[in-house]
Amino acid sequence: MGTVTGTVPLAPSLMRREVRLDHVRLLQGGRLVIDDLSGAFLPGSLTALIGANGSGKTTLLRAIAGLHPLAGGRIQGGGPRAVTLLPQGSQLDRGFPICCQDVVALGAPRLGWFRPADAAQRQAAHDAMIRVGLEGLEARPVQALSAGQFQRLLFARAMLCDAPMILLDEPFTAVDTATVQTLLSVIKEWHAQGRTLIVVLHDMDLVRRHFPRTLLLTGGGGNVWGATASITPSLAA
Amino acid sequence: MLDMLVSPFAMGFMRRALAGCLALSVAGPPLGVFLVLRRMSLMSDVLQHGILPGIALGAMAAGLSLWTMGLGGVIAGMAIALTAGWLSRRTGGREDSQLAGLYLLALAAGVALISAQHSIDLTHILFGNVLAVDDPALFGMAGVATVTLPTLAVIWRPLVLESFDPGYMAATGGRGGLWHLIFLVLVVLCVVSGFVALGTLMSVGLMMVPAIAARHWSESLAGQTRAAVLIAVASSYGGLMASYYVNMPAGPAIVLTAGALWVVSMATGPRASLWRHAAPSI
Repeated sequence: MGTVTGTVPLAPSLMRREVRLDHVRLLQGGRLVIDDLSGAFLPGSLTALIGANGSGKTTLLRAIAGLHPLAGGRIQGGGPRAVTLLPQGSQLDRGFPICCQDVVALGAPRLGWFRPADAAQRQAAHDAMIRVGLEGLEARPVQALSAGQFQRLLFARAMLCDAPMILLDEPFTAVDTATVQTLLSVIKEWHAQGRTLIVVLHDMDLVRRHFPRTLLLTGGGGNVWGATASITPSLAA
Repeated sequence: MLDMLVSPFAMGFMRRALAGCLALSVAGPPLGVFLVLRRMSLMSDVLQHGILPGIALGAMAAGLSLWTMGLGGVIAGMAIALTAGWLSRRTGGREDSQLAGLYLLALAAGVALISAQHSIDLTHILFGNVLAVDDPALFGMAGVATVTLPTLAVIWRPLVLESFDPGYMAATGGRGGLWHLIFLVLVVLCVVSGFVALGTLMSVGLMMVPAIAARHWSESLAGQTRAAVLIAVASSYGGLMASYYVNMPAGPAIVLTAGALWVVSMATGPRASLWRHAAPSI
């Protein structure tokens, strides 16, 4: 079932993980969005992924997660089981009839098929909801959440997933300042735990203040990759 | 009055039809709820038309044997479901138009094949015939319900996750495609098992209309599933009564009853109904 080649066995949850890209080419809708991208997301690194709309940020995240085919080159160290990918919130059906604690609990790895979540998992789900400031909303249906609360909920689910690598696609879009602060603190906590993080962002100010490394996608070739301080001055214009 | 509500079921064929429809009412609507949530409502149309050529070919191969017709229907249903999925992945976009094209072709092919055989009454195949619910048909419906419910219970959790957030499931190593495939098999089995009583054009009705109506009764998936089953049970009984007294094919009668309950749900249900929207928020 599925491909085994190139993936590692289930790693200890906090194994430090590097993702290496070799001459990666990606097509989106028949259009070349990334051409010949090489480099590495170092173990435990916190990288902001920036670029104009259509420059291939989401496509790259999906490719690292093993969800998008490569048109060329290769990616080592990504793929399912290593990665938690948080899609843009707008891509999910927020009218889905499910309550908050169930969404969070679904993030737990290898939850039994019939077995309800056990005490430890319920406690972990509860703690995660407190951590993102959703205490007391366990039984609330997701359709009653604001955009910011929904994003907090997805973070709580990712906390339960406990993956060594976490990919976040525009986590701060359409959420208020307080939510951004809470979610940033969760990101920093993940970073401090040694997980590898890649975060798609549009807010340059946030990138400069909180993200040590940056990958700027320019569309096609000519991408820039390195320490944020060395890259963002060129974006001042 | 009470006698009128019970007396039709003094006849064996009505009892068999009721038992069969109740089995479908328990098995189909939970699948329908997932079809709605997975935005696959149109896919159910494709399936119900898609099984028709298979049933016709089954009848051509072995006469009016329910098992060959059913087997043909299952094969054709799976073939068209997989073709539809493959086409939308390979050619991208405009999935709804491809589905519409597929089901129109399947319907036309099925009707053409059946018309070529004078031994089969097209009306019975398309709209159902309670008189035709013999023991094999009844066992078929009950058997499918017996398989569907435990299977759905087993795949419930991954199916919920895959319906809510397929990208997350794929990214965490879940085998989303497998759950999707098992789910499709269950849907095809239910549609095929219902065709004798309800007809190929209507057998999805008992699956979909209660599921669509159930949205107005609960905010939880389990609640919507329970509501859908109850609505389907009520529709089966009411529809068979109407079919008996008004002398209408069972399929349309049951689906129309479900439709009436949908209107009631839409108008007065506690959730997202016209009544709720009209009422000032508290």
